[in-house]
Amino acid sequence: MNEYILLLIGTVLVNNFVLVQFLGLCPFMGVSNKLEYAVGMSAATTFVLTVSSVATYVVHSLILAPLGLAFLKTITFILIIAFVVQFTEMVIRKTSPLLYRVLGIFLPLITTNCAVLGVSLLNISKQNNLIESFLYGFGAAVGFSLVLVLFSAMRERINLADVPVPFQGPAIGLIATGIISLAFMGFSGLVAV
Amino acid sequence: MITATITLLLIATVCGAILGFAAIRFKPDGDPLVDQIDAILPQTQCGQCGHPGCRPYAEGIADGEPINKCPPGGEATIQALADLLDVEPMPLDAEHGEEKGKQVAVIREQECIGCTKCIQAMVLVQSTIRTWYTDKPTSLIELIATDRNPLNNTKENAA
Repeated sequence: MNEYILLLIGTVLVNNFVLVQFLGLCPFMGVSNKLEYAVGMSAATTFVLTVSSVATYVVHSLILAPLGLAFLKTITFILIIAFVVQFTEMVIRKTSPLLYRVLGIFLPLITTNCAVLGVSLLNISKQNNLIESFLYGFGAAVGFSLVLVLFSAMRERINLADVPVPFQGPAIGLIATGIISLAFMGFSGLVAV
Repeated sequence: MITATITLLLIATVCGAILGFAAIRFKPDGDPLVDQIDAILPQTQCGQCGHPGCRPYAEGIADGEPINKCPPGGEATIQALADLLDVEPMPLDAEHGEEKGKQVAVIREQECIGCTKCIQAMVLVQSTIRTWYTDKPTSLIELIATDRNPLNNTKENAA
């Protein structure tokens, strides 16, 4: 039990996917303009990352590994992720129109979020088991959501600030990301991962 | 090599089959309220409300947007929407344009370039190119496109 909690904290804070491993920077910069969108994107990403992390693990351990086809994992995982996202979108659309209204436009975007593929591939290279894969995916998503929401709140404030002309827009955003990334380095050593 | 190809194809087929099944099984019913609102809107797709068409505006109304942004519909549409949604009717928002009376477009055959817009307009009043001649709309005001000067044939219509 203890190791699972450590794994979760480790993925959320110490090995944060955005700020330490630099995965998923595209939605991080793209959707962080408004807090409202950031929350929607976070919720959708959390859902997809967790589900696809487990799904790719299952496909890898049940189909690819026994057949000795581990080299196919990248293309298979892309297929599985696209499938999971599309399927989820259909089910949500039918079952919960309210949730669909919140997540709707973000769901297809997540297919191209490299953090999703990254988590799936890292699960295999770290030789995580099923529960660890679940926690790893969930932790990665929580870490992504945490920094996305924090950062979007910050960007809303930056937009009101008097930024020098050469730094306006994405430039100041990237600089701010760098500074948060430095701050997150303070977490290293918290958990041995 | 062959195992790899077959495995990949199998996985893709299974995924595709499930998606195809889900597309039928989880087909959205559509929002009945949006359909009802959309039926009241005049379907001119003019975009004066700020939406790209009538259906997006219907979705906007279902989400709580004001009902007075539709100049082509005018007071009648606002009243109908107010009845449907059980809200107070409000005057037309002047920001989106003023209500114009019903208009009659006259086809000037000498200048016709064959754009077929008039035929499309006839579809709007639910008549076809065939019925247009034999079975004219009874009231001149509902005739959106005509090849005659409406001032000349009012008598014919009245008869």
